[in-house]
Amino acid sequence: MKYLSKDISLRLDAGRCSGCKMCVMVCPHGVFAVENTKAHIADREACIECGACALNCATGAITVASGVGCAETIINGLLTGKETCCGGDACCCPPQA
Amino acid sequence: MRSDHQATALEPCGHVTAEWTIRNWLGALGVRLNLRRMHYRVTPGLYALGKPGPDAPVFVSANYKLSFDHLRQALVGLDGWILVLDTQGVNVWCAAGKGTFGTAELIGKIRECRLLERVTHRRLIVPQLGASGIAAHEVRKQSGFAVIYGPVYAANLPAFLQAKLHATPAMRRVHFRWYERLVVAPVEIALYRRELFLGGLALAILACLPTAGASWAMLGQRSGTVFLLWLVTSGLAIFLGPLLLPWLPTRAFSIKGASLGLALALCSLGLLGPDWTRLRSAAWVLLLSTAASYLLLNFTGSTTFTSPSGVRREVRLALPVQIVAGVVGLTAWTAAGFLPTW
Repeated sequence: MKYLSKDISLRLDAGRCSGCKMCVMVCPHGVFAVENTKAHIADREACIECGACALNCATGAITVASGVGCAETIINGLLTGKETCCGGDACCCPPQA
Repeated sequence: MRSDHQATALEPCGHVTAEWTIRNWLGALGVRLNLRRMHYRVTPGLYALGKPGPDAPVFVSANYKLSFDHLRQALVGLDGWILVLDTQGVNVWCAAGKGTFGTAELIGKIRECRLLERVTHRRLIVPQLGASGIAAHEVRKQSGFAVIYGPVYAANLPAFLQAKLHATPAMRRVHFRWYERLVVAPVEIALYRRELFLGGLALAILACLPTAGASWAMLGQRSGTVFLLWLVTSGLAIFLGPLLLPWLPTRAFSIKGASLGLALALCSLGLLGPDWTRLRSAAWVLLLSTAASYLLLNFTGSTTFTSPSGVRREVRLALPVQIVAGVVGLTAWTAAGFLPTW
């Protein structure tokens, strides 16, 4: 399943890539692939902007405006000016892993 | 399990077994049903699973008890250390997104629990979904420990360990299968039970207007039908939306939800055939579609594949439409009583 992908903020500067494959390892949606020791974005539409790749890219080749894809957070942001997830008793986060 | 720790120097916080007891199963069921979910916690710190030696692997987890329990359940028959970070009772992925399952917390716990003295190797197995909070190269620089990202699902840990800490591409992917969608669906009930109940009550009362010339029995029957119909259809929307997610039209959750609401409204009108005027029926269709649209839009937070930029776009486009549709629907619903020939 894929979601609205028009505004996805993921950017990769291949020039700074060291080919360490960390992005391939941490991405839960298979967005990256490494060929000839350089990473490229293989499936951009699948990106959920979780930020794992950028945070684990030691050379800073990846940037993404990361966050959580949760409507309640965004609506709270519109209402109060601060994007806060519930966090309380009824957090919507999927209890995984 | 001993989770209180009057820790002496090198005493672990507790010793745990891998096997789940009946208490663990009941607890897991409870949190899935949203009963005191944020209170289902483990004391942060280092735990010994079985009889780990200085060369035993170290697994990092969150202090949401279900995360911890899934981890130890996957490690049946193994000796190892479990380093539980303080994520304030939130699961690994969400806590990583919020930054509580993070680099600083991990480095802090490594020091607090004196991991350097307990194990001779310098490797930590961190769940892959924790990567959005942890910078592996920073952890290495500041603590000397190499972060090795394990599989997304704890159940794949035995295979990962057997393959000498190598995860297959499939183990690196998060999925959202039908039963996983159903498991998180009840969260919507916890989030919106009050609104749904009050909404039904409001519709039931408004359906009684005007009261002139109507008997109590008639009013009771009319409002009761509306109230029950509302609870059943909106309840169905909460479960069917997530279940049918891949097959509902378009990628936008608001449109998926609206289509489901439309179908449910038409079914309820067709099957039960309440003796409503055309205006009331149209208002019903509009209101139920809007409610289902809003409910499914809010389900984005429970999914594994929505991006914040996408949700931001969708909220900006859908929310104004939902508000207008709600107001129009309520007006028409109220007016229907006063316009019996429409």
